[in-house]
Amino acid sequence: MSEAVSNPAPGRMAELWRPIRKILREPLGALGLFLVLFVIFGAVFADLLTGWDPVKINPRDRFQGPSSQHLMGTDQLGRDLFARVLHGGRIALFVALVSTAVSLGIGIILGLIAGYGPRWLDNLMILLFDAMKSFPTVMLALALVTLMGPSLTAVMVVVVLVTVPGYARIIRTQTIALKTSEYVTAAQSMGASSARILRVHILPNVIGPLVILASMDIPVVIGIEAGMSFLGLGVRPPTPSWGSILNDGFTNIRDTAWIAIAGGVPIIITTLGFTFLGETLRDVFDPRLKGR
Amino acid sequence: MLSYFIKRLGLAAAIVSVAMFLLFCMIYLIPGDPASVALGPRATEEMRAALREKMGLNQPVLVQFWNFYIGAWTGDLGDEVLSGRPVTTVVFEQLPYTLALIVGGITWSVALGIPLGCWAAVSRGSWADRVVGILSVAVIAVPSFVIAIYALLIFAVELRWLPAIGAGEPGNLGDQLTHLILPSLAVGLGWVGYIARMVRASMLEVLEASHIRTARAFGLPDRTITYRYALSIAILPTVTLLGVGIGQMLSSAVFAEIVFARPGVGKLVYDAILTRNFPIVTGTVLITTVLFVLLNLLADLIIGALDPRVRSSF
Repeated sequence: MSEAVSNPAPGRMAELWRPIRKILREPLGALGLFLVLFVIFGAVFADLLTGWDPVKINPRDRFQGPSSQHLMGTDQLGRDLFARVLHGGRIALFVALVSTAVSLGIGIILGLIAGYGPRWLDNLMILLFDAMKSFPTVMLALALVTLMGPSLTAVMVVVVLVTVPGYARIIRTQTIALKTSEYVTAAQSMGASSARILRVHILPNVIGPLVILASMDIPVVIGIEAGMSFLGLGVRPPTPSWGSILNDGFTNIRDTAWIAIAGGVPIIITTLGFTFLGETLRDVFDPRLKGR
Repeated sequence: MLSYFIKRLGLAAAIVSVAMFLLFCMIYLIPGDPASVALGPRATEEMRAALREKMGLNQPVLVQFWNFYIGAWTGDLGDEVLSGRPVTTVVFEQLPYTLALIVGGITWSVALGIPLGCWAAVSRGSWADRVVGILSVAVIAVPSFVIAIYALLIFAVELRWLPAIGAGEPGNLGDQLTHLILPSLAVGLGWVGYIARMVRASMLEVLEASHIRTARAFGLPDRTITYRYALSIAILPTVTLLGVGIGQMLSSAVFAEIVFARPGVGKLVYDAILTRNFPIVTGTVLITTVLFVLLNLLADLIIGALDPRVRSSF
């Protein structure tokens, strides 16, 4: 069973298509998938979709409303907002992808150790996870940035610190449930090493719910990146991020509403899209996770 | 109940201790020491050495941690770099503003979330239920600072219904409350979703219970059954949820304070970062973390007092 999970045979497009069809059957799931693809498309093809340079300053054109020239208007320095929003999407998706992957990796390792290791280590790690969870996110972010200085790395460190405990806990719970099951005992009696049991027999069976949880955390991650950039603690100017565009909009809110709209709407679309998609994934594939 | 209380208190103390250790490790491990951070790039080596001496940074690590740990438990979090005032005093001056904001947020979330949840549960499967479901997910998903900005944009800048900045005139309660409406909406709106979902789920469970059926059989009006009998039980899980929620509202409060230019711990830390006032940052992180752990403890104890099953399973 584990072999089948880890090595999908080639030429099984139908197998891959089936879950997508399941998602599309739910109206909310279809909407979520559409929004997510829309955002990804915009970020990937940013350079083809607009001719404007996202960091080029053009003071004579500042504070313009939407027009055929500037689809979303221009900001206080006359930069094209549409170009900035598309390029900001790259930052948001990059952070979400990289930091979630790192976080999953660390969470899986810690969770397996806590679940399979000795009792005292488990207790110690649970205490550690609870302590990490008890820092209010923004406070942790503010403290880290004071020391590290604002950067994309700082944002990703915050995301990892915030999300790892949740992943590790769910892997731990599942590992504990599996470690006394018959097939694991059988493997142990045949002399399989702990590393092999964890990798071949336990991991493939605990990873499903984790992927769903991670997909539901993506909006949170995007919120952290945008939030930190909004506070000026994330990407450095002039690099566009949805959060920093929103900050420009906030600073100039009495002159024009268009900058705030350009910065906030992509955040709303993306977080809603990923949330609808994640909720549908969970309902379709693992209803047990409901209520988390 | 007493043994549950003691165990739970011990766990809370352990969590706070580990959190302090993590915070200390963070300060110690990350490149750049607090003294240079405070003095900025133009400081001379002598100035840095003098401040390090004053802050106790030249002592062995373990001694530093011990001083930090003991100091924190006795309420001594060091002095502010610029004015030399105790960090604890400075933070506790700002804390009431933030707590008022969080209480406002809870008020919004409870006032909207509970009726919506009840409504959805009573009309289960209808379009109303679906709309409440989608709205709940939507308000949970959107980050609170986006809500804060748009609330500011719509109600303060465009419509001019409510004030945009500050906490209101000191001593004028009405003015302070008007200044609280928008920021607390931004803090609480996401939790409307959580509470509505939670109330709906537990309400559906309770409505199936036998005492509700009995009440129905006696011919009591639906309204009495829903709001008097069912809700009083269905509301219990919400208490735990709020315990967790307050920690997240604290994060949202930081944004709301900055967007609406209100005093509070969030504004305090943010300004402290700009002036590189490091002791204020760590002090606030520690105090808010302790606050969060205490509120969770309180929520657990309330639930433990109300529901004996929780006590025995601990």
